[in-house]
Amino acid sequence: MHIGIDVGGTNTDAVLMEGTRAIEGVKHSTTPDVTSGIVQAIEDLRARHPFQDTQIDAVMIGTTHFINALVQANRLAPTAALRLGLPATKALPPLVDWPEALSSAIQGRSYLAHGGYEFDGRPISPLDPEELRKHAADMKSNGIRSVAVSSVFSPVNHDLEVETGRILADELGPEVAISLSHEIGRIGLLERENATIINAALRELASEIVDGLTAAVRAEGISAPIFLSQNDGTLMDEDYVRLYPVATFASGPTNSMRGAAVTSGLATCAVVDIGGTTTDIGLLINGFPRETANEVKVAGIRTNFRMPDVLSIGIGGGSIVDPVSGEVGPESVGYRLTTEALVFGGSTLTATDIAVAAGRADIGDPSKVAHLDPDFIRRVLDRIAERISEAVDRMRTSPDPIPVVAVGGGSVLLPDRLPLFGTVHRPENYAVANAIGASIAQVGGEIDKVFAVEPGHREETLAQVRAEASDKAVAAGAKPSTVMIVDFDEVPLPYLPGNATRIRVKAVGDLDMGA
Amino acid sequence: MSWQLRASDLPDLARGATLLGTGGGGDPYIGRMLAERVLGDRAITVLDPDDLADEAFVIPTAQMGAPTVMVEKIPAGTEPTLALRTLEEHLGRKADATMPIECGGINSMIPLIVAAETGLPVVDADGMGRAFPELYMETFAVYGVHGSPLAIAGERGERVVIDTGDDDRQMEWLARGITIRLGGVAHIAEYAMTGAEVKRTAVPRTLSMALSLGRSMRLAREEHRSPFDAIALTLAGTQYAHVRELFVGKVTDVERRTTDGFAKGRAVISGTGDGEDFEIEFQNENLIARRGGEVVAIVPDLVCVVDHESAEPITTEGLRYGQRVRVLGISTPEMMRTPEALEAFGPSSFGLKEDFAPVEGAAVALRP
Repeated sequence: MHIGIDVGGTNTDAVLMEGTRAIEGVKHSTTPDVTSGIVQAIEDLRARHPFQDTQIDAVMIGTTHFINALVQANRLAPTAALRLGLPATKALPPLVDWPEALSSAIQGRSYLAHGGYEFDGRPISPLDPEELRKHAADMKSNGIRSVAVSSVFSPVNHDLEVETGRILADELGPEVAISLSHEIGRIGLLERENATIINAALRELASEIVDGLTAAVRAEGISAPIFLSQNDGTLMDEDYVRLYPVATFASGPTNSMRGAAVTSGLATCAVVDIGGTTTDIGLLINGFPRETANEVKVAGIRTNFRMPDVLSIGIGGGSIVDPVSGEVGPESVGYRLTTEALVFGGSTLTATDIAVAAGRADIGDPSKVAHLDPDFIRRVLDRIAERISEAVDRMRTSPDPIPVVAVGGGSVLLPDRLPLFGTVHRPENYAVANAIGASIAQVGGEIDKVFAVEPGHREETLAQVRAEASDKAVAAGAKPSTVMIVDFDEVPLPYLPGNATRIRVKAVGDLDMGA
Repeated sequence: MSWQLRASDLPDLARGATLLGTGGGGDPYIGRMLAERVLGDRAITVLDPDDLADEAFVIPTAQMGAPTVMVEKIPAGTEPTLALRTLEEHLGRKADATMPIECGGINSMIPLIVAAETGLPVVDADGMGRAFPELYMETFAVYGVHGSPLAIAGERGERVVIDTGDDDRQMEWLARGITIRLGGVAHIAEYAMTGAEVKRTAVPRTLSMALSLGRSMRLAREEHRSPFDAIALTLAGTQYAHVRELFVGKVTDVERRTTDGFAKGRAVISGTGDGEDFEIEFQNENLIARRGGEVVAIVPDLVCVVDHESAEPITTEGLRYGQRVRVLGISTPEMMRTPEALEAFGPSSFGLKEDFAPVEGAAVALRP
C-alpha cells in the first residue's frame, strides 16, 4: 500500500492506495505549519482503514504551495537576478518582462555583468570578479536572500555561472541561496533566466515546506521514502525539491488531470479542478494533459518549461466574496477558511459560505449563513458558473462538445449543468482526485551528456541514449511495458571537435508497486 | 494608405511575422520587446509605397545571423541605429525612411526599433516577402537594386562598411564572416534606394499583411472560429492567395547543426494513421517538405509548421519532440517565382536538386 497526499493552499487531502485503487480518502484543512494538517489527514486515514506503518511502501506528496506563492506574490524571498553577458544583452535586462506586482513582491534587483559565451564557446568578455563583488555588496545592503545567476550560452558552457556562484557565495555567505540557470532551463536566455529567478524566489519557502512535510510523515511513524511530484508527473526526492522547487510547479494540474482520468474513466475531457484558492482548467486528450505549444506563461512570466496547458482563475472554496457586488476572488482566506468563513464562526464571506447557504455543501454551521439573501446567493453562483464556463470555452479549440469533469473540494460551487457544456461529470472521490493523481506516480530516468556524434551515426547514437534513459527509468522502479520518452533535446556544441552534441533525454514509466 | 503603428499592434504583428518567417527569421519576441521598450506610447508612421515620393531616400535596416544565437545573445540595443547612421555617414546622405529587407520573423521588428529611435517612417514593403537566410535573396537585387554599400554594427560599437559593387553574393559572404566573428548576430543597413526603386523592386504591403494575419488568427481563437480558415481568408485577397494543408502529425525527430553561421537540419513528423512520414529540411527557414518522399512544397513558397489546434506558428528552433502540428504551404507572389527570382532564391540556390513547383498544384485546398 502507499499514501498519496495533496497539500493545497486550503485543503490537505490524503488517500490510501492499493495500486491504482483508492481504498480510502480524507480531506482536512491545510494548517499554517503544514505539518499538523498532514498528521491529521494520515490519522484520519488510519482511523478509517487501520494499517501498520510497515505496510506503507511510499508516500507521494503533491503540493501547490510554490505556484500559489507565486500567483499570490506571497512568501517570496528578496531575490536578485545577475546576468553575465555585457556588453551584449543590455537592451533587455533581467526581470524586464515581469509583471510589476511580482517583481516588487520579490523586491527584485537586476544586475548585468561581464562574462558569458558566444555560440562557439569564445568568451563575450572576461569575467570581472571585482564587478561581481560590487554587485554582491549591493545585494547585501538591499537585503537580498536568494540569487539567480544566468549567463549567455550557459547550456553550451556553464563554467562562468559556476565560478560566479562561488564568488557570490563567498561574499554573501551560506544563508543566501544561489540558483544557476544551466541547471534549470535550456537554450533561450530570457525564458531560462525567468525560470531561474522563480526558483530563486522560492528557495527559502522550499526548505520550510520540505522540513514540514518530512516531519509530519515521520511523526506518524512512517519510515517509507517520501517523494514529491514534479511538473511532468514524475517523482523527485526531498533534497532535490530544496534546490529546485520550480520543478514542482505544475504538478497540481498534472496530478488533478491524471487523477480525473483514473476516477472518471474519460480519456478526453476538460478537467475543472476547483481548489481553495484557484480553479485550474486543463484539457485531457487521449489520457494525456495537453501541453502548451510555444511559450509558457506562469503568473504572467514567460518561461520554457514543458507543462500542461492550464488556465488558472482566482475562484476557489476559500475565495472572498464581495458582499455588495457579489464578485468572487481572487483573494482567498486560504487555510484560514475554518476560522474566517462565516459557517465556521468567522467574519469573512467566502465562496464556501455561499455553497452552504445554497445547500450544495454541508460543512460548518448553516445557521450562520441563513441571513443571506437567496437572490444574492443565486447571483454569486451564476456568476461563478458563468466565469468558469467562459474559461473552459477559452481552453477548447473547437466548438465541438467536450465533457467537463469537475474535481477538487471546491467543485461543489459548480452547478450540475454548465452553460454551453451541459452535464458536469463528478467522479467518485472527486474531492481527492489530486491526491490520487499524486499517488499513481511515475518515475523517470534522465540522461544529459555530451556525445561525439560521428557523421552518419546519429540514429545509432540517439537510439543508444534513448535506451539508456529507459533503462534508468526501469532501474528507478518503472514497469518496463509503460516506459516512454517524454522529453528530448539536442544542442550542438560547435566549439568542440568531433560534432559534439549535448543530448538530453527523459524517459518515464509507471512505478511498479507489485499491485 | 499610410497608417500609424502602436505598441499594442506589436503582438499581432509578431505572430503574423512568425508565420511569414516560414520557420525562420528568428523569434520576433525579443525584437517585439526591444521595439516596445523604445516605442513606449508613441506611434510609428507606416508609409504605403504609393505614398512614397519617387525621390525619397530609403535605407532598410535588419539583423543578420543564426536564430539559435538570437534567442540567447540579446542585443545591447544600440546596434541597429548605429548601422543606419554609419551608412548615412558613408553615403553622405540622410535617410527619409527605413524599411524591412525581410517581413518574416524578427526583421519585421528591427526597422521599427530604428523608426522609434530616429522618428523616421517605415515603408510597408520588403525585399523577401517571407524570410530567407542570405542577404542576396532579395527582390531588390533580382530587379536591379544592389545591397552595397552595407554597414554592419556590433554590440561593442564595432562598425564595418562593405562595398562589393554589384556582387551581392560576395557582399553576403563577407558580411556573414564578420557576423560570425561578432558572435553570430549583427545589425546591418543595406540596399539604400529611392522611392521609385522601392515601387519597382519591393514586395508591397507585407508589414500590413503580417499585422492582418496575426490579428485575424487572434480574433478567430477568441471567437472559436478556425484560425486556419482565418489565415486562408486573410490571404485570399493578397498576392499569397493559395493556402494548403500539407500534413497533420506529431514531431518525432529534430536534427540540428550550426554550420557556417546557419542553423541547418531536418524535422520528421509522423502521422497518426497510415504511418506515412513527413520530412522538412531547413536552413534557418523551412526549405522543402516531402510526404512519403514526394515533394509537396518547395522554396520560395512558404512551408509553415503551426500548432495543430491554435495555429500558433512554430519556428525551427522551437520545434520539439512530441509537438502536435499542422504543416501549411502558402504560395508566394508572382514576382518571386520568375526565372530570375528563382535563380536568386529558388531550390538550386539552396543546393536542392528538385525544380520549383507551385504549392497550389501539390495538395488539396485548405478547407474550401
